[in-house]
Amino acid sequence: MDFSLQDVDAIIDQWGPKPASLLQIMLDINHRYNYLPKESIERVADRLHMPISQVFGVANFFKVFSLTPRGRVIMHVCTGTACHVKGGPKIIERLEQEANLKPGETTEDLFMTLETVNCVGACASAPVVVVGDTTHSEVTANKVSKLLKELKEQEAQRS
Amino acid sequence: MKRLNSIQDLDVLRQQILEERKSVRKRIRICGGPGCHSGGGERLIGAFQKLLDEKGVASEYMVTQTGCHGFCARGPIVVIEPANIFYERVGLDHVPEIFERSVIGDDLVDDLLFVNEETGEKVVKEKDIPFYAHQERIIFNDTGLNWSTEIDDYIARGGYSALAKILSGMKPEEVIEEVKIAGLRGRGGGGFPTGVKWESCRKSHGEMKYVICNADEGDPGAYMDRALLEGTPHQVIEGMIIGAYAIGAREGYLYCRYEYPLAVKHANRALDQAREYGLLGENILGTDFCLDMYVNRGAGAFICGESTALMASLEGKLGEPRGKHIHTVEKGLWNRPSNLNNVESWASIPLIVNQGGKWFASIGTERSKGTKIFSVVGKINNTGLVEVAMGTPLRKIVYDIGGGIPGGKRFKAVQTGGPSGGCVPEELIDLAVDFEQLKKAGSMMGSGGMIVMDEDTCMVDVARYFLNFLVQESCGKCVPCRVGVKRMHEIVTSMCEGKAEPGDIEQLQELCSTIQEAALCGLGKSAPNPVASTLRYFRDEYDAHVLEKRCPAKVCKPLLTYEIDTEKCTGCGLCRLRCPEGAVIGAKKECHCIDEELCVRCGICIENCKFGAIYIE
Repeated sequence: MDFSLQDVDAIIDQWGPKPASLLQIMLDINHRYNYLPKESIERVADRLHMPISQVFGVANFFKVFSLTPRGRVIMHVCTGTACHVKGGPKIIERLEQEANLKPGETTEDLFMTLETVNCVGACASAPVVVVGDTTHSEVTANKVSKLLKELKEQEAQRS
Repeated sequence: MKRLNSIQDLDVLRQQILEERKSVRKRIRICGGPGCHSGGGERLIGAFQKLLDEKGVASEYMVTQTGCHGFCARGPIVVIEPANIFYERVGLDHVPEIFERSVIGDDLVDDLLFVNEETGEKVVKEKDIPFYAHQERIIFNDTGLNWSTEIDDYIARGGYSALAKILSGMKPEEVIEEVKIAGLRGRGGGGFPTGVKWESCRKSHGEMKYVICNADEGDPGAYMDRALLEGTPHQVIEGMIIGAYAIGAREGYLYCRYEYPLAVKHANRALDQAREYGLLGENILGTDFCLDMYVNRGAGAFICGESTALMASLEGKLGEPRGKHIHTVEKGLWNRPSNLNNVESWASIPLIVNQGGKWFASIGTERSKGTKIFSVVGKINNTGLVEVAMGTPLRKIVYDIGGGIPGGKRFKAVQTGGPSGGCVPEELIDLAVDFEQLKKAGSMMGSGGMIVMDEDTCMVDVARYFLNFLVQESCGKCVPCRVGVKRMHEIVTSMCEGKAEPGDIEQLQELCSTIQEAALCGLGKSAPNPVASTLRYFRDEYDAHVLEKRCPAKVCKPLLTYEIDTEKCTGCGLCRLRCPEGAVIGAKKECHCIDEELCVRCGICIENCKFGAIYIE
């Protein structure tokens, strides 16, 4: 999505330009662009009358925010305790091998970002992988290979 | 929606809803909880609704998406009322048959019923299934019954009657007294008496006071707060309104994790509905009492589950905690008196008000009253959410309700309390689970996560897992936590990699006690617990890692070698083809072997071998 200051302003106005809204505004911007563009941080600081350092600090502190563009597909592998004891680390290893990504990294063509999440609260279905709105349950290394292949095929069809 | 201007209006509305419901012959309850949702439960709703519309009987039957039923292992779950027929593992293809036989007809679909493995008998009703029969579901009872997005459904079942009760003549002090009599203790992990907290907040000076709901359920492995907020958001909100009345607060915040988008959505929707009915806003139910509430999303920081860090984050600051010498009930959010409770605590309040503090206090143990919801997950057959009275023996939770360990494996330990908690080993399986007993065993209640571990779980690896979690999640404000936990992580990692030296265990112990003494916040002080408790009960596993360079549970990769059984190998070559490192060598039809130098121990060969010829040494 193309960046525009008007869009950022619209998000700020929706929550009101006050410090208490900072996190909510930043979450919406992060969601819209898949990351926090530098200009948006400057704009938020300016409109909320806060030092850039504070806004940047918050952006750095919370795990959800990314300061660099992320992939069109973001794959979240849950690393909660239940997922860990039921084989979550094997899923990450397989993805590292096959997608050549470490957690937190994005493919060069901006196809995919691999991220870990500390529990999505679907512990009964452990181990789980979340892609977009879909939670894939009881994932194994082989299942995640298949999922990766499907996502790649969808991407090929798209372009 | 019409605004309710008096308590009578609420009663009239309830009667009206019940009257309208009389024409409904059957209700199809479809679980929309986290487990069933990820199993594809959502598609069932549309499928049932479509069939109802096609047959033109939509007015006689009702499809509702409820919150979590708890029995996540058997999801997606569908229950047909009024007979309460329980169907498990329902897929889209089953919908027409259920519809024909159990919705339109009064018959059963045998294949989808629960089978009691001990007796081999099929169980029809939800309450007769052992998983439910052994529980005491009070707080978590409505979640599976409630149409999670409809306030009318909550009101029809008696919702907001506790609010009506306090507004028809209970003084704030009387409400607090009732909560004190109940003996309710904070369900977020601290276990502080809720009534005492409310009383101090009420007594604090200040025009503006706040109620806050901590729905930043960061404890990995626990998801009861998610289930409550998604399933019965109004139960939580009603509790908060009652709390605000008792304390004298005029504004409230629900701080919910970003990772729970559905909970955020349902909470927002519930607040809007409550506002439209005049259950929030100015002059609630025609009285002088005014309160509004908002949902704030967190952004993925475990530390924000700590009350002062949460409040800092609400103010738009970094989520860093502060020293406990300033109490949040006096100076919390924006330095004003603030009362923070966890989702489960708030959800308990309407029941305590309606049924009385004495009733609540009659459940549980001497010092831990009421019930507790646990998420029983990990290596256990019946994974799911379980509510039992405080003091229930662990054995009952793991075996009678949880159905034991899958695959005939041996039970090893239960991890409770998340990264701040510890492990309860097999020898303490008869422990009566409450705040005191868990603490005595070196663990803690936490928010109620219970991760069951079997013989294949390495306790040193578990300790490393939690340390890794804590290194990532330490806010970095104080040195003991920021640096100390990192050092601990390095030591335990070296154990898992076979690089540890004698004396490392003693150094770990020293770090544990220093951090426990010197860290700033509760999370920092409890950060060494996963190591301290595993060291206490599983010292032999640590010794094996350090002294013998051996991982008894066969988890820590650098300590393992993969071997091929010459007797079983047929030389099919599948493992050779699948091995990404080219570490398997061998000619076709001849026994293969693994090059230890090249092997990265990924386990792909074991997964693919059809003959079970590959084993870990």
